[in-house]
Amino acid sequence: MEEGGATAKPRRATGRLCSTCNQRKAALKRPKTLEQICRECFYSVFEDEIHNVIMDNNLFKPGERVAVAASGGKDSTVLAYVMSELNRRHNYGLDLFLLSVDEGITGYRDDSLETVKRNEIEYGLPLKVVSYKDLYGWTMDEIVKTIGLKNNCTFCGVFRRQALDRGAALMKADKLVTGHNADDIAETVLLNILRGDIARLSRCTFITTGEDGPIPRCKPFKYTYEKEIVMYAYFKKLDYFSTECIYSPNAYRGFAREFIKDLERMRPRAILDIIRSGENFRTATSTKMPEQGTCERCGYISSQKLCKACLLLEGLNRGLPKLGIGRARGTNGLNKRVEQRNLRPERTGSSIESKQCGTLDF
Amino acid sequence: MHLTLEFGGGLELLCQSTKIHSVDVKPKPGEDKLAMRDLLVWVKSNLIKERPEMFMKGDSVRPGVLVLINDCDWELCGSLDTELEEKDNVVFISTLHGG
Ligand SMILES: [Zn+2]
Ligand SMILES: [Zn+2]
Ligand SMILES: [Zn+2]
Repeated sequence: MEEGGATAKPRRATGRLCSTCNQRKAALKRPKTLEQICRECFYSVFEDEIHNVIMDNNLFKPGERVAVAASGGKDSTVLAYVMSELNRRHNYGLDLFLLSVDEGITGYRDDSLETVKRNEIEYGLPLKVVSYKDLYGWTMDEIVKTIGLKNNCTFCGVFRRQALDRGAALMKADKLVTGHNADDIAETVLLNILRGDIARLSRCTFITTGEDGPIPRCKPFKYTYEKEIVMYAYFKKLDYFSTECIYSPNAYRGFAREFIKDLERMRPRAILDIIRSGENFRTATSTKMPEQGTCERCGYISSQKLCKACLLLEGLNRGLPKLGIGRARGTNGLNKRVEQRNLRPERTGSSIESKQCGTLDF
Repeated sequence: MHLTLEFGGGLELLCQSTKIHSVDVKPKPGEDKLAMRDLLVWVKSNLIKERPEMFMKGDSVRPGVLVLINDCDWELCGSLDTELEEKDNVVFISTLHGG
C-alpha cells in the first residue's frame, strides 16, 4: 500500500507539508534532524544515508561475498531489503545472501524462520540456515533442560555470536553485516560505561570489527535510528517477526534500553551524542587494549586459551554446565571459583555488543 | 466515535494477540472531544490484558512505542493533545521487541 487508505481523508489543520519537497504531506518527524518529511523523501534520505555510511567507511569491495545476518526481526529484515536494494542501485557488485541461525528453541524459530524464508523469496537473496545442533551438538532447548532457565542467556549470547561467524565461514563469506542500529550502539556504550569496561567501550562503536579475524563484521545501520527502521518497515509493509525470546531477557540491558528511550524522547540527538562519546573514548584509550589471541580449539578470537563458547561447551559435555558462566568481576562464590579456573583474568561476558536473548537477534 | 486501532511490533501480545480492533469510544462525560490522552487511558483499561507497563509510562505511551494517526507520525499532529475524529485509524508499534 502506498498513499491512500485513511490518509486520503482531509485532516485536521496538521496536514503539514514535507520540509524537503514542499509538495506532499509530511508523514513523520525524523528523530535525527527533527525535520517533518513525507514518505517518499523519507525513503530517499533513509537509503541515501546508509549508502553514504557504506561509502564513507569503505565497508565493501566489489566482488565480495557478504552474509546478511537474518533473524526475521525488524532490523535484519530492513537491512536485507536495503542492502539488496542498494547493491542493485549503486552496483556494489556484492554477492549477498541471508544467514540465519536456528537455536533449536521449540516454537520460537519456527515462526521467525518462516519470516526469513519469505524474505528470501521477496528480496531474491539466497538463505543459509545453520543450527546449534550442527555447530555445537546441542540445541538451546537441550541446554536449558541441562542448566535451567537462569543462566541460559550466557549461552544464547555466546553461541549466537559464534554461530554467525562459523556459518559465514562455512558459506565462504568474506564479510558479515548485522542490523545493529544507533539505539543498540548507544545502549552498548552505556552498558560498557556502567561496567567500567573501557576496552570494550572503545571497540563497541567501531563500524567494522574482527578485521584481523576470518570474518569481519560491519554495521551499516550504525547511525540509523530504530524509530526510522520501524517506520520504514511499516510504510513499506516489510514483513518482520516480533516476539521476545521465550527465555528470560537480560534485565540490566532492558534497563539501559529504557533509559536510552527516555533520553530520546527528551532530546533525540542524545543517541548520536552517546555514540560520539563512545567514539571519542577510543582515541584516549587505544593504547591499553588487551591483547587478543585465538582459541586453541576452534580458532575464534579469544583472550583465553579456550574461547567462551568452547569453555561453555566443555562444561556442557562434561556435565558441569556452570563452567564458564559468570563474569570475572562477579561477586558470588560460584563466579570466584570460575575465575580461579581461568589462567588469566578473563574478559568474559563476551560481546555485550551482540544482542542478548531479550531480543534474540543475532 | 468509531476508531480502528492497530497494535504491532509485539504490542499485540498484550491484547490477546489481536492486531486490529474496531472500537467505539465515547468522550469523557461533559466533553465533546476525544483526545489521544484519553484514548490511551481507554485502551489501557479496555484492550490491554497484561503488562500494561509495556504500553504506557506516566500518561503517555512508553518511550519506544511509535504512534501513527491515519498513517502520520503523531509527533506531527500534537501527540497527546491530538483530537481524534470519526473513523480515525490509530496504530501503535513497539520498537522494543526483537531485532
Ligand atoms: Zn517530501
Ligand atoms: Zn573456541
Ligand atoms: Zn535466551
